[in-house]
Amino acid sequence: MGFKKLCAASLFVVSAFGVGGVATAQDTSADVATIPIAYITQRVKELPPFSLVDQPTTDNGLLGARLGVEDNNTTGKFTKQKFTLDEAVVPIGGDIVAAFRDLLAKGHKFIVADLPAAQLLAIADVPEAKDTLIFNVQAKDDALRGEQCRANVLHTMPNYAILADGLAQYLMWKRWANWFLVVGTGDDDKLFAAALRRAADRFSATIVEERVFDAAPGARRTDTGYALIQKQMPVFTQGVSDYDVLVVSDERDAFGEYLQYRSWDPRPVVGTQGLVPTAWHRSQEQWGATQMQNRFTKFAGRWMTDRDYSAWLAVRSISEATTRTNKTDYASVNAYIRGPEFGVAGFKGQKLTFRDWDGQLRQPILLAGPRTLVSVSPQEGFLHQFSELDTLGFDRPETTCKFKSAAQ
Amino acid sequence: MKIRLMAAAAALIAAGGFRGAAAETIYVTNEKDNTVTVVDGATLEVTKTIPVGQRPRGITLSKDSKRLFICASDDNEIQVFDIAKQEIVGTLPSGPDPEQFILAPAGNPLYIANEDDNMVTVVDVDTGEKVTEIPVGVEPEGMGISPDGKILVNTSETTNMAHFIDTETHEIVDNVLVDPRPRFAEFTADGKQLWVTSEIGGSVNVIDTATRKVIKKIGFEVQGLNAEAIQPVGVRVTRDGKLAFVAMGPANRVAVIDAQTFEVKDYLLVGQRVWQMAFNADESRLYTTNGNSNDISVIDVANLEVTKSITVGNQPWGVAVAP
Repeated sequence: MGFKKLCAASLFVVSAFGVGGVATAQDTSADVATIPIAYITQRVKELPPFSLVDQPTTDNGLLGARLGVEDNNTTGKFTKQKFTLDEAVVPIGGDIVAAFRDLLAKGHKFIVADLPAAQLLAIADVPEAKDTLIFNVQAKDDALRGEQCRANVLHTMPNYAILADGLAQYLMWKRWANWFLVVGTGDDDKLFAAALRRAADRFSATIVEERVFDAAPGARRTDTGYALIQKQMPVFTQGVSDYDVLVVSDERDAFGEYLQYRSWDPRPVVGTQGLVPTAWHRSQEQWGATQMQNRFTKFAGRWMTDRDYSAWLAVRSISEATTRTNKTDYASVNAYIRGPEFGVAGFKGQKLTFRDWDGQLRQPILLAGPRTLVSVSPQEGFLHQFSELDTLGFDRPETTCKFKSAAQ
Repeated sequence: MKIRLMAAAAALIAAGGFRGAAAETIYVTNEKDNTVTVVDGATLEVTKTIPVGQRPRGITLSKDSKRLFICASDDNEIQVFDIAKQEIVGTLPSGPDPEQFILAPAGNPLYIANEDDNMVTVVDVDTGEKVTEIPVGVEPEGMGISPDGKILVNTSETTNMAHFIDTETHEIVDNVLVDPRPRFAEFTADGKQLWVTSEIGGSVNVIDTATRKVIKKIGFEVQGLNAEAIQPVGVRVTRDGKLAFVAMGPANRVAVIDAQTFEVKDYLLVGQRVWQMAFNADESRLYTTNGNSNDISVIDVANLEVTKSITVGNQPWGVAVAP
């Protein structure tokens, strides 16, 4: 009864519910529409957390998606929509494309993909995935928003360029314009470093020197290991001409934490450790985020990560579309999410929307220290004619994305 | 004759600044400091600062004007402040994380939004007992009550709805979809309209309470200001239904709206991140809380002018005016 009295026609089209376009189990109640969402990820060999102070993060990303579905269903009580989550957690060595095909065979159109770039592209390029909406909630690779963009993929996780720009704006606001860049040897270390170089160029910072630190993760310190590190780090960082800040790209968390307090010159450490640009942080409590943190921690038994947050946003975007349009089919939901009316509330003070030129969710970036939120970018003073969020990452005039569909 | 007129005029001018303000006292909750600042309405100066519970937010006057109820959000309780004694004299149960609440026009019960567990808790202020809990949407905050006390409205920030609740049966009788992240719900004095602010949508949705449909969406535009900075939170409508005031958050302004035509008449610059507001008894003044500049602003309603800012504690949130 209540639902039929919803808002006047001038705001959005009120239409009779279609029974959802998927032949999966329906709710017993005749007038409740079911919206199935799929989640796919692959287990990887996980190292223990770098520090005893870190939490072990089980089911990273998955728990964000699950809470998103619960939140959707709280709204759904009132809108007579029920969301379900079909979880495909592929074991190490398993076949991701086969698992994905199984999801498609069940009729899934909305897929939360918690995968690294290569696997994301593998599933997006499956021919049957052409008319599906895949959310990338993990991979930060800039190429996925550029030359390797896909028509059926939207990204809720920010890419390296957005994170680097968010950090660079703060460093320039501080007038810390001379950077000493330290890069690890992992592939992702190099990707983030490339984004940092682009950010330096973009915001007129100077990288005075770059050095590579060769360390494989997993070589954890043993008893009295600190003594060795105490001597190694100063030697590694000595002799760099005048710089303001040590920027580190160590995505694997192998050595970056050791630079703080040990560099030859007394300098703040920023980047993948120290002051970190990120989509979400356990210290974030602004714009009502305390409630999100409380709800997640109670639900998951651990803190929310950036991957959980990105998965949550993806699931919430679907609900935002089905609630505002009263439609549950792929075509309507996909069109609405990419359209001008859409916006999802993400506890960052303004509504978040997807860029039409590359499918990336524009969003403020948190700059977090170990225990507190230090700042949020974009920083005051960085202007833009359309949205200040577009001062972060790839803007329309510079995009190299030409959407390809699986058919090409 | 002329001299008498001038003297009379002079007396009026002198009295004008104090009209209706002689005895009133303004109470402001400071979310970060865990205190309440007390401001004298006549001198517009801070007279004292009272320690209260943790993370105090919503504050409201009892019907007999003898007590203040304060949401101590992190203590998960309502504190009862005796105005004559100028101290906390007791607590009321509230359910977890109470943020905002509203008192029934009769003075009892108190309806409290529990932000963390998607509930509205109903509490009898005389017996101190929880009457019931009503499940609502995700992150309830805004609370409005119809002048006849029969319909309670609660808004859920993440579900984006205004839930209409029958206060006798405690059942939700209607759910109206509003713009994203609704923060505040205010009935007009005649009960015919409900004004709901949308923080992320940057708008005010006016709902006709008879049909329960949104009849008007009011948008805002301030020259030179980014649209994203316009984040409406508190809203107040004068008793005569002529003017509405909307606190616009980081836009640092209060919008003045002709409540009959729904046209925005003016934007008044106050302090930073203005969220909540309260009229004094005769509506000659409107006080606003400016969370990020740690002050409150005094608006002269007749002249639509901001006349003063008064520094209070850290992150002022709610404000209540006692006669």
